[in-house]
Amino acid sequence: MERIERIDIHPTHTHGEFKLRAGRPLPFGATHIEGGINFSISSRHASSCTLVLFKKRQSEPLAEIPFPDEFRIGNVFSMVVFGLDYESIEYGFRMEGPYNPQEGHRFDPTKILLDPYAKVIGGRDVWGGQPDWNDMFQHRGRIVFDDFDWGSDHPVEIPIEDLIIYEAHVRGFTRHPSSGVKHPGTFAGIREKIPYLKELGINCIELMPIFEFDEFENSRTHPETGELLLNYWGYSQVGFFAPKAAYAATGKFSMQVDELKALIQDLHNNGIEVMLDVVFNHTAEGNEHGPTISFRGIDNQTYYMLTSEGYYYNFSGTGNTLNCNNPIVRNMVLDCLRYWAAEYHIDGFRFDLASILGRDPWGAPLPNPPLLENLAFDPILAKCKLIAEAWDAGGLYQVGSFPAYGRWAEWNGKYRDAVRKFLKGDIGLVGEMAQRIQGSPDLYWWRGPTASINFITAHDGFTLADLVSYNYKHNEANGENNNDGSNDNDSWNCGWEGPTDEPEIHALRCRQIKNAVAMLMVSQGVPMIVMGDEIARTQGGNNNAYCHDSELSWMDWTLLKSNADLFRFVKNCFAFRKAHPVLRNRTHLRNQDYVGSGYPDISWHGVRAWQPDWSGTSRILAFMLCGKHANNGQTQDNYIYVAMNMHWESQVFELPGLQQGMQWHVFANTIMPPPEDVWEPGCEPLLQDQQQFEVGPRSVVILVGK
Amino acid sequence: MEINVKSSGQVTVVEISGDIDSNTAPLAQDQVLPLAQPGSKILLDMSGVEYMSSAGLRMLLSMYRQISRGSGDIVLVGLSEEIKDTMSVTGFLNFFTTRDTVDEGLQALA
Repeated sequence: MERIERIDIHPTHTHGEFKLRAGRPLPFGATHIEGGINFSISSRHASSCTLVLFKKRQSEPLAEIPFPDEFRIGNVFSMVVFGLDYESIEYGFRMEGPYNPQEGHRFDPTKILLDPYAKVIGGRDVWGGQPDWNDMFQHRGRIVFDDFDWGSDHPVEIPIEDLIIYEAHVRGFTRHPSSGVKHPGTFAGIREKIPYLKELGINCIELMPIFEFDEFENSRTHPETGELLLNYWGYSQVGFFAPKAAYAATGKFSMQVDELKALIQDLHNNGIEVMLDVVFNHTAEGNEHGPTISFRGIDNQTYYMLTSEGYYYNFSGTGNTLNCNNPIVRNMVLDCLRYWAAEYHIDGFRFDLASILGRDPWGAPLPNPPLLENLAFDPILAKCKLIAEAWDAGGLYQVGSFPAYGRWAEWNGKYRDAVRKFLKGDIGLVGEMAQRIQGSPDLYWWRGPTASINFITAHDGFTLADLVSYNYKHNEANGENNNDGSNDNDSWNCGWEGPTDEPEIHALRCRQIKNAVAMLMVSQGVPMIVMGDEIARTQGGNNNAYCHDSELSWMDWTLLKSNADLFRFVKNCFAFRKAHPVLRNRTHLRNQDYVGSGYPDISWHGVRAWQPDWSGTSRILAFMLCGKHANNGQTQDNYIYVAMNMHWESQVFELPGLQQGMQWHVFANTIMPPPEDVWEPGCEPLLQDQQQFEVGPRSVVILVGK
Repeated sequence: MEINVKSSGQVTVVEISGDIDSNTAPLAQDQVLPLAQPGSKILLDMSGVEYMSSAGLRMLLSMYRQISRGSGDIVLVGLSEEIKDTMSVTGFLNFFTTRDTVDEGLQALA
């Protein structure tokens, strides 16, 4: 049946050669409509607004069209412009309003502002492409096609307890020449590595910030080599609705939206979820000395937390703090996440410095932050994983107390700290280790282990290889006199600082890496590793490589060959975790026998079975999981016994007895040289001596009872 | 952008050259769609196409589908390496039947 034409799609006004009509306030941003583009932007305090159009990459505007006042509805300026060559234009806005910094107003009509809702942003189309520094409009909105044929694709919805998260930097993952991909450092590059990710066995890739950012922000030269240090990590957003053009092989053609969606579709087809690291705690505009790109000129008082004198609160440590619990900003954050969840089929979000999202406009922590509540209950985000880095740079530390509404998981910094200390042989850790292994019921007693994202490494800090190779950070190459980066690394170099030919040190380091991975894999909660940990990626002891777009931070794929044994170990550990539901419980272990198997769901042991050593000087801990209690007793699994000996001498562990007909088999023994350090799940060899096991110095042993 | 139509036996061969973008795509569509009748066979020779924008890709797909839906047969031929790579990376390539040369395309339609 023929569709009847809308009666409101014809121009009613003209401005020079352009035909216009009143637009519709929603959706915000630039939207294709019949015959034209609808532009909409809001500002509480602007007195007027002008749409500025450019031909792509030209420095002078093509046209400046003031929004007629009769087109304004409330605080929203909207307008349809007809007949635009939408693929060849860029747009921005000028806003007039008060300039009164003490009151929080910094309107400046000489500046052209980026649309906060821009879905594609031009100006940094190719990574590292030298910008025209004379251009007064550096980051420009473009018009996007938001249609995409997803076919039957939809968010994967893997239960959170079954996730194995792989934190990756888009560019760093394939930029190294050894990656062998056609388009290094891009979304397309990741796609070529999907077979690798599948072989490794991860099922969730967490991408470090992909929203448009300026790699030239704070750029400076390397103090020794003179190389350019860039904003490589990208924790500084220019816009929240646009994927970084320079992360796309087709970014130069403005096709990054399609390229990213095609990547997500392919990852989903291969059973891999996509999580985004999102940064709502600050923007790239810095404080009053920083550039005016967008928010400062559109509605400074609304978007930023300001002191009573009009200065910028700095809870992020980067110059400004986004005013997340202001209702307008809150709506923008919600719109943003809904957009990514609905239009890009994103499976989850990890929120950087998330404690900021719980502060009120004057910085005070809120007991019931509206933004966090909104996100927890939003219908579109209902099945997305929400993960909080539950602290900020302003002194708020909320691991275990983040306002969760039963939904938010947390990066468990206490897991990291406890395991690192235990790993290097500190005393006084066994009590805390028992909590961390169980999914931290001391922190999340009302939530369950799935609130705990367990990690030993993340982008902040040492890689796993460096954690066991350096006692101290070595960030001189950052040009800040090694003052940046954390000093609390809880790392141990195994006897020598940095690279060494000494085979014993090398073997110990390798074993320590395996110990770390093994412990991570047998802990309740949700494990995460950093890209390259599986092949011992090193940053040369730099624990804050945020500014290095170089071999220092890129994944070196030659390590896959030279560290093939480690890769095999990690791969088998991942497979082991996936094969055993008893490692992936949704509810806390009770330390009781509630199904009548004769064994508690979890029991603790020392060198004597059933007698753990909780003393302050103990460096050993063993536990056994009863397979009949998997998933609250609803699933039947094997028994698993784990012995962790962080002492420098081997210890003989008496093994707990199994039921008639069942015997212990060895899955992993980190003291053994490959290939006997780990076995393929299901192929574990029978233990000759069922009574006891000698666990080597600084090693972990995992047995399967079946 | 230029369009050249000719026949090769049962097949209508459409040679496109130049850029296909938001300006030229509608023209291409206007000229090619009328050629598609039920049961027709169309070979789109793209070897002269230097560049396709997002709009171009979408027009091409839309046109391809309309012809296929109307029980016609259509094949793309001669995509440059760069265009093929772009289509692959953006998820568009899989929708089309493609061949490298006109002869192979004619065979595919036979």
